[in-house]
Amino acid sequence: MSAVTTSIDRRGFLKTGLAGATGLIVGFYLPVRREVFADGAEPSVLNAFINVSPDDKITILISKSEMGQGVVTSLSMLAAEELECDWKQIRTEFAPAAKVYFDPVFGMQGTGGSQSIHSGWVPMRTAGATAREMLIAAAAQKWGVDASECHAENGGVVHTATKRRLSYGSVAEAAGKLTPPTNVKLKDPSEFKVIGKPTKRLDTPDKVCGKATFGIDARRPGMLHAAVLRCPTFGGKVASFDASRAKAIPGVKDVIQISSGVAIVADNTWTAFQGRKALEVTWDEGPNVGASSESIFKTFEERAQKPGVVSRKEGDAASALASAVQKVEAVYRAPYQAHATMEPMNCLADVQADRVDIWAPTQFQTPSQGIAANIAGVKPEQSFVHTTYLGGGFGRRGWSDFVTDACEVSKAMKAPVQVTWSREDDTQHDYYRPASYIKMAAGLDASGKPSAFTARVACDSIMSWFFPGSVKNGMDSSSVEGVSDIAYDIPNILVDYQLVPGPVPMGFWRSVGASQNGFFSECFVDELSAAAKKDPYEYRKALLGKKPRHLGVLNLAAEKAGWTKPPPKGIYRGIAVLEAFATYVAEVAEVSVDKDNNIKVHRMVCALDCGRVINPNIIEQQAMGAMVFGLTQTLKGEITINKGRVVQANFDTYEPLRMNECPKMEVYIVPSTETPTGMGEPAVPPVAPAVCNAIFAATGKRVRKLPVRPEDLA
Amino acid sequence: MAIHFTLNGKPTTLDVNPNMPLLWALRDTLNMTGTKFGCGMALCGACTVHINGEATRSCITLVSSLAGKKVTTIEGLSPDRSHPVQKAWIEIDVPQCGYCQSGQIMSAAALLAKTPHPTDAQIEDAMSGNVCRCGTYNQIRQAIHRAAQLQTGGSKSANGTKDAAPVESAEQTVDVLAGGAE
Repeated sequence: MSAVTTSIDRRGFLKTGLAGATGLIVGFYLPVRREVFADGAEPSVLNAFINVSPDDKITILISKSEMGQGVVTSLSMLAAEELECDWKQIRTEFAPAAKVYFDPVFGMQGTGGSQSIHSGWVPMRTAGATAREMLIAAAAQKWGVDASECHAENGGVVHTATKRRLSYGSVAEAAGKLTPPTNVKLKDPSEFKVIGKPTKRLDTPDKVCGKATFGIDARRPGMLHAAVLRCPTFGGKVASFDASRAKAIPGVKDVIQISSGVAIVADNTWTAFQGRKALEVTWDEGPNVGASSESIFKTFEERAQKPGVVSRKEGDAASALASAVQKVEAVYRAPYQAHATMEPMNCLADVQADRVDIWAPTQFQTPSQGIAANIAGVKPEQSFVHTTYLGGGFGRRGWSDFVTDACEVSKAMKAPVQVTWSREDDTQHDYYRPASYIKMAAGLDASGKPSAFTARVACDSIMSWFFPGSVKNGMDSSSVEGVSDIAYDIPNILVDYQLVPGPVPMGFWRSVGASQNGFFSECFVDELSAAAKKDPYEYRKALLGKKPRHLGVLNLAAEKAGWTKPPPKGIYRGIAVLEAFATYVAEVAEVSVDKDNNIKVHRMVCALDCGRVINPNIIEQQAMGAMVFGLTQTLKGEITINKGRVVQANFDTYEPLRMNECPKMEVYIVPSTETPTGMGEPAVPPVAPAVCNAIFAATGKRVRKLPVRPEDLA
Repeated sequence: MAIHFTLNGKPTTLDVNPNMPLLWALRDTLNMTGTKFGCGMALCGACTVHINGEATRSCITLVSSLAGKKVTTIEGLSPDRSHPVQKAWIEIDVPQCGYCQSGQIMSAAALLAKTPHPTDAQIEDAMSGNVCRCGTYNQIRQAIHRAAQLQTGGSKSANGTKDAAPVESAEQTVDVLAGGAE
């Protein structure tokens, strides 16, 4: 990680200073090689995305982490499109950590920002096409004909005139000795046979029989299991500990202090958990023991009284506000959120004298590799990352703190050790979605059209936590995305940001800044439509004339929801439209509120535009999953801080949406020939505003803080 | 004290601390990792197995309680993904991250064993103890209805599924070096 120079682009993600990482990456190696290769170790086999074995098996190396978003399938589809193979020949493996797999946007190997399809779109197809041309050339050589006389078809090379055929496997070894061509031509989209077709996920069969291996399932001969007791307050540390009771438990092997707390090492996970209960630790609770959600929001509020760092300025918002016919003002807030992946954090590490291996459900292989190497005291190329399936990610596994745990314990124990977090550890020691506070104001002209919009955001910065020192001049664009990029045609705009450092660790959470700012901005626009006495859909539509892709999804969602027709009795509708990660999503929520103010979401209609469709099945899955995720934050999820620590612990206090609360959901895709963009996150942000705007329609009450609870509507 | 019981049809002996939950005996002692740890408090259902046919949270079921009982885990539901619930899950393409799905499938199989044609309300009642953070609930509901059809010999494809896909799902081996494979 230290070798990569980084800067923050407007999305809050990273651009690389490495010239090579932005170039086209084409991978090809033949035949099967099972060695784990790292930077510089085997230059001849780097750049490997496709591997064809003599028995006609085609292995696609997946450089991205599969956390449910479908990359194993969709990246394979991109390669298979150009490779002209039978889909049944395809196998996949997770790629090792190596520079060739760096994401050009991040400047490192990692998965996030709904980026995988966008950044894989050209390289994966190019890898497929390059492989195909090499296989054709090898077959042509064997036949003694010119390659131009041959074509690829269904997993083999055909000499077009004579219809002679050689399978890919039979020419794989010869093809692997050829120099890869550098200027392969990619198909015209009209020729696509795989891309755009509904395609079953490659990972489903292993996920219905318990065979898919997640990090927590990794096993090594002679391995030990460990649990870590951490200081409950943020910034606290171990003062002293007494391990005598823990060590008396049969099966507890050792108790050792590591950087994150005290580790109990045992011969199974349960015994490690038992040992932890018996451990007596005196904590130095550190400087944050007085922090609470109330004190943190009070600081936000104070800081929001003063101007911040400007993230967007157009026209003269102050003057336009002063001269407006009508002024609307509101304060909104959103709480901290935990990721609550179903698979708690974990890692298996094997630190040896001259190498370290980790089996990790990581989203970011490069930092994981570097951290493991540092702890083991070996070179990065001696640090081997075996990426497993991830039992959910949502941004949590962008951090590698679980890798640190496992490597430190393995090094001390001189044995392979798997550290497993309990659910309580996972909830209370997350890197949280920032809590945020925003003051917004708008001026309307006589027709109700907004002449000015101002917003001041006060919250902590994710990038300051993820890359200390990376945030210059107090601006982290991820803190304001979703409001700073407000799409409506408003002549005078001023958005500024007060970065408020705090004790609570910050991390990327599915859809990042838009997860709270989308709620703020799209509810506030709804307030404007009400002030203007206009229909919320028509009001938005009139202000999106210059934004065809926003307008496209807005119109489609309204049409499919039947916006212009009255809803069933007792049901009320709300609408919202947002762009996140260059994907456009509009959602309509249908909601009822009973006499006790209990909220029920009956139906969610989602319309989206993610450019060219790769796999409509996965797009639909992701949109639905994101809506469920968004409903959890709207109706249930809240992490609160008291005495410097997280109050919630398990699924009884931080409860995800359950099946009985899940509405009917519909997903509609706007056809597009634009470059494909991601679907992992962008359907999250419109959920909260669509639901809260529907609650306003039902009750006349504005919801200005999440989650919305019945008592807030009383 | 050794506990004798039947695991996936085979006589099995566990000689561990009798207070150890079945979940950890399966995962760490017997190396059967298909059953997942999610919460340790029977709040999420990821660890669901069948004990004498009943859907049971293995994270709070002590090994000492198993003597003479029949335990079925996801590995024992069928040898070849042929259980109607597994077939329906594949047909509807239910899983996303997949971590909760062993538990979802075991809960669904137990429901269908007793209630061959459950209503949506019966499905919600049986399945609301199983959390899916990826949000596959509607696909699960659809797949349970489909499994009910398959179980009673139905072969017509489920309504609304995109099973007209021109490319089929191949059986996959995603090698993540589990179990010491190199």
